[in-house]
Amino acid sequence: MLKTFALGGIHPKENKLTAKIPCEYQPLPKEAVVMVSQHIGAPATVVVQKGDEVKTGQIVAKQGGFISSNIHSPVSGVVKKIEPVADAGGVKRNAITIEVTGDDWAEGIDRSENLIEEIKDDAKTIIQKISDAGIVGMGGATFPSHVKLMPPPGKTAKYLVINGVECEPYLTSDHRLMLEKGPEIVVGIEILMVALGVKQAFIGIENNKPDAIKAMKKLTSKKKGIKVIPLKVQYPQGGEKQLIKAILNKEVPSGALPIEVGAVVQNVGTAFAVYEAVQKNKPLIERVVTITGKHLSSPKNLWVRIGTPVSSLIEAAGGLPESTVKIISGGPMMGKAMSNLNAPVTKGTSGILVMAEPDTARKPASECIRCGKCVTVCPMGLQPYALMVYGIKQMYDKLEAGKVMDCIECGSCSYTCPANRELLDYIRLSKSRLGPFIRNRKS
Amino acid sequence: MMQFLKVSPSPHIHSGDSVKRNMYGVIIAMIPVFLMSLYTFGLGALVVMLTSVLACMFFEYLIVRFLLKQQPSLSDGSAIITGMLLAFNIPTNLPVWIILIGSLFAIGVAKLSYGGLGRNLFNPALAGRVFMLISFPVQMTSWPLPLVNRGLYIDATTGATPLAIIKEGLKNGQDYAELLEKVPSYFDMLFGFTAGSAGEMSAVAILLGLAYMLWRKIITWHIPLTIIMTIFMLTGLLKFAGAPAADPILYILSGGALLGAVFMATDYVTSPMTARGMIVYALGIGVLTVVIRIYGAYPEGISFAILIMNAFTPLINTYIKPPMFGKPVKVKAVTK
Ligand code: SF4
Ligand code: SF4
Repeated sequence: MLKTFALGGIHPKENKLTAKIPCEYQPLPKEAVVMVSQHIGAPATVVVQKGDEVKTGQIVAKQGGFISSNIHSPVSGVVKKIEPVADAGGVKRNAITIEVTGDDWAEGIDRSENLIEEIKDDAKTIIQKISDAGIVGMGGATFPSHVKLMPPPGKTAKYLVINGVECEPYLTSDHRLMLEKGPEIVVGIEILMVALGVKQAFIGIENNKPDAIKAMKKLTSKKKGIKVIPLKVQYPQGGEKQLIKAILNKEVPSGALPIEVGAVVQNVGTAFAVYEAVQKNKPLIERVVTITGKHLSSPKNLWVRIGTPVSSLIEAAGGLPESTVKIISGGPMMGKAMSNLNAPVTKGTSGILVMAEPDTARKPASECIRCGKCVTVCPMGLQPYALMVYGIKQMYDKLEAGKVMDCIECGSCSYTCPANRELLDYIRLSKSRLGPFIRNRKS
Repeated sequence: MMQFLKVSPSPHIHSGDSVKRNMYGVIIAMIPVFLMSLYTFGLGALVVMLTSVLACMFFEYLIVRFLLKQQPSLSDGSAIITGMLLAFNIPTNLPVWIILIGSLFAIGVAKLSYGGLGRNLFNPALAGRVFMLISFPVQMTSWPLPLVNRGLYIDATTGATPLAIIKEGLKNGQDYAELLEKVPSYFDMLFGFTAGSAGEMSAVAILLGLAYMLWRKIITWHIPLTIIMTIFMLTGLLKFAGAPAADPILYILSGGALLGAVFMATDYVTSPMTARGMIVYALGIGVLTVVIRIYGAYPEGISFAILIMNAFTPLINTYIKPPMFGKPVKVKAVTK
């Protein structure tokens, strides 16, 4: 029997249209827009000025606190302006706009394809290099990776869990990366193991990617301590807590981080970026983006420099179809709808999904028929129907008792509800209202 | 074109499940039961079914439209389900006017006075049935004989149900073994060739409906299986202990136990939301059914048992929560 997590879960149609399409390189944009906040935590502090010449891989903004991340120029060119630019949601945020003149790389970056397997650095140097290279969680969460590699005092990591699940429908960037950059990922995992001082690493891959499971198994067969774990397909297995439950059969307590059970979770894309940063001295300036949708003429996987406008990716996939009603940054379950296609690709852009009406239509909600299906599918064991009612009535004590803050916003409840109730919309609203109070009370 | 992009929050896809899909799924699951009742009771079954379904739809429309002044949503199929269930639960020679009163009670009082679909406390069809049973005890307890009455409606020759035969006989001091000879064979009961309410009798047809609903994921196994197992085991236990009239197989095949367990107790609105809650609820129904049957005044008890547990459903929902992921961390006392 294949492993999976125990509680709740759904199985939406996978629609992995681009699973068999190798990654291509997206040409450099004319203008790269580099957001100074592409990660969770404090925005980075800009260290270049208007008119400066920058090289590819040169640092342009320094991490603005412990939980923050460095940002590097993805191209070579001239800094045209440093001012707010509309992001994917149309909100203006500070950004560095670079007029692209070419692709002239900064000193000391190894751009060759040679695989360097020998790890020379010690844990401290590795973590410093990862922090310098501006690496964040590549699965979409964009949490600065160096922070996760430094467990808080009193806690020690025992296991490294590598997330190759890619449970969101449509997205295939991690899948392709495992097929095309497998050896680099494995070295990246070994580096992460050194950084954490752990002896065991598990790579979780869902069973709908048999080729990736086979490839990774072959690559790790001679590696001590690294094990590939094939998993039964079930959403949201890519959630940290669900993945740890599936692989290690441990439950991260409510309100705690995975380190509580001795686990650190990193995405396969992050492992690859770690390899490049530590072995090749290459900062995080490009990533694989799946550009997909049933109506696109040529959906594909692209290596894209950060700062490239999303509209150019859609052009590369054959242009925007007439029928488009929604464009999503990320997957259909947890991604964010975009209102501005000129917004740039950021470190966390795992995919761009172009959707037409029948696939994404929201039908009018009706009275709850009390079928309990939302309760059955919730992977956190919550009661979404009740949380929604408490949210509408603003019953905050009941919301807290109902563990609304445990909700991982996976969307399984709204996806399932036969009455089309906007369960997650209300839960999210309650979380944003209640969250600050609970956090303040703690400190 | 760009300004027409939708920006609603995630999730951006939906399972496609709908209230209608579930309701019509239940209706489809009940069709075999209806066909068996037509075969067994003929004309009467047809008249009762048509009257009941049409009356329920009519009353729902009328009350929602003119009393509550809202848009009636007959298309969700819930009024049809109530009508069909009501028809399954009454004798096939029941006069039209009694059915009309029963339908009015089911829809008007048990369903709409609570606020309509999703808010009612009691299963409307069962509430209607029990209301009729109390108001018209004679008409509600004279059942046409199977197979011989196909062309007749009101004038059908009647007989007692297996459970009633036993209950009455025991009361009159007859011997249990002798009484058993009088009740139909297990085989006849399996297919529903016995006297009884229209839809209660055919175990095969009801189980077919159950299989269909499980396959379409309309309901889960928790409620029906727990009820059936509880009745079976408890009756077995009582039989072992020497209680009169306790026969596990007879108890499951007769007296509407299966119809209740599969179609009535599983009603979304009036049953608990979590798997654990469903099991507690179903255990309650099973135990109450057996207790009422053996010690109560009525020969069959599942209708009452379900209604009683319906009343406990809000309590069960409040106190029986799903198993939460990750128990909260214990905060260690800081000692200085
Ligand atoms: S979005 Fe939250 S409440 Fe809904 S299923 Fe996921 S974790 Fe549960
Ligand atoms: S899935 Fe929808 S209709 Fe069913 S109980 Fe939850 S909120 Fe109510």
